[in-house]
Amino acid sequence: MVPLTISDLQETAKVIRRNSIEAIYKAGSGHPGGSLSATDILVSLFFGGVLNLDKKDLKSEKRDRFILSCGHVCPSFYAVLARLGFFNEDLLGNLRDLGSSLQGHPSSVYADFIETSTGSLGQGLSVGAGMALGIKFKTPSSKCKIVVLSSDGEQNEGSHWEAVMQSAFHKLGNLCLIIDKNRMQVGGETKKVLDMDSLSAKYKSFDWEVYEADGHDFRSLLSVFSRFNEAKDKPKVVICKTVRGKGVSFMEDNLKYHSCTLSEEEYRKAMEELC
Amino acid sequence: MLISMRDAFGEAMLELGKQNPKVLALTADLGPSVRLDGFAREFPDRFFNVGVAEANMIGLAAGMALEGFIPFCASFAVFLPGRCFDQIRVSLCQNKANVKLVGSHCGFTNPGDGASAQSVEDIALMRVLPEMTVICPADAIETKKAVLAMAHQNGPAYLRISRTETQVVTSKSDPFKIGEARVIKQGKKITLIACGTMVGIALQAAEKIDGEVINLSTIKPLDKATILKSIRKTGRVITIEEHSIYGGMGSAVTEMVSQQYPVPVKIMGIPDVFGESAREYQQLLDKYGLTVENIIKNYKLF
Repeated sequence: MVPLTISDLQETAKVIRRNSIEAIYKAGSGHPGGSLSATDILVSLFFGGVLNLDKKDLKSEKRDRFILSCGHVCPSFYAVLARLGFFNEDLLGNLRDLGSSLQGHPSSVYADFIETSTGSLGQGLSVGAGMALGIKFKTPSSKCKIVVLSSDGEQNEGSHWEAVMQSAFHKLGNLCLIIDKNRMQVGGETKKVLDMDSLSAKYKSFDWEVYEADGHDFRSLLSVFSRFNEAKDKPKVVICKTVRGKGVSFMEDNLKYHSCTLSEEEYRKAMEELC
Repeated sequence: MLISMRDAFGEAMLELGKQNPKVLALTADLGPSVRLDGFAREFPDRFFNVGVAEANMIGLAAGMALEGFIPFCASFAVFLPGRCFDQIRVSLCQNKANVKLVGSHCGFTNPGDGASAQSVEDIALMRVLPEMTVICPADAIETKKAVLAMAHQNGPAYLRISRTETQVVTSKSDPFKIGEARVIKQGKKITLIACGTMVGIALQAAEKIDGEVINLSTIKPLDKATILKSIRKTGRVITIEEHSIYGGMGSAVTEMVSQQYPVPVKIMGIPDVFGESAREYQQLLDKYGLTVENIIKNYKLF
């Protein structure tokens, strides 16, 4: 797919935000805060020419693998896949419905376009590292990359750091981690729950290649993502500074919108702002 | 003849490694203890000591399996599955990942190390998971067959093996198929259903009480037909396992029997306790009544 221009990326992000909010509203529950903070990252990855995917051949050996480790922000991920034609956009209205392939957290039990089930934090990077090792082992010349999206809350998980150590030890240059650092988690501000502000220094000391980006600036995101193919012998992490609830004024940095039911009024106001 | 199941596991992995280049071996720094040192020497590029980090090992294995490999992860049963239940549930079972888990040092078979190293809960943990196959071989010979069979069956599976040398009760020519229980001694008075290390003592007890012995080496999926055929004849059951009496093989049998052909069932196993240290394995079996004498006693109480 031809990468979109910056202005088209901005327009697409608006659509993704609208579709995510609408899906969460119809579902009666969901995680709007993280879905909105991760939207521009997802749009850059999927519409900015970063990920090489084939919607007609979901298991193509040549595809890049994408894992949404912070599975709760799936409404925006689903909205992105729908926009790309992986499934009909109408399906977004079935989010969290009985029998839907759009489960409340991404589930490979119900959807073939999910690489691995997530939702229980701290597992995505391990699976991504296993894929990265597997690909390196079977096809050393492979250009496939594995991209894992995580959140700053997920950095609390011990098993995640097991995978961080393992990935550097095995020099997994084909593994790219992105952290949506929206500075909030269920219990409040991350720095008040379990301070992770020195993330960059932590990853550097674990021997990762560390980048930082403005998670709502497409130029900043794409310029960093374009370096995914560099440093073949080190895993890469991009720490993206974001705002939880980005794009909807009353949701921004508001703890209430981590996980909630949206009232009709909240829904209407949000959709007006996202016009 | 006494042989340890872990030794048989190590031999089987060597054989499997030669047969199938997709087979990988992972361990969380317990390679020699689970007898993977031979595999590691023979196939160094297919052996991964992931360090003392079991949870990550499961995710790594899931990712490798999704890329077409057949990873075998081996550790002590207290850690695998004990420590990584959620990773097994989400990253393995929900993905139907073709990963084989091997929990060694099951039950009391690591007597000296005590409760932190003795798994009496692992069958319960694994059999409750959708997609998971649970195998508890009777001896070293069956362990080897089970390892080879697991590699040929797609999907997640758990193999429970012992550390201590235990009695060999099957022979190389006996058939083995995942999901099939075997009547290994005919009898009329009672059905003794045993798995793993307890098959040997069930056989000894059965000789004295005209019991029929079923070696239930696959706990999930459960071979209902073989069990039902036997209990229709005998009308009563004792199950014997080196595992908690809650949630293990006895529970699996009772759940099925109570709904399909209710007969009295006595579940013999480890009571609701953690393990404990002992100098000798037999001391623990004696203390918790996992003996020939106790099977006969329970039979007489029917």
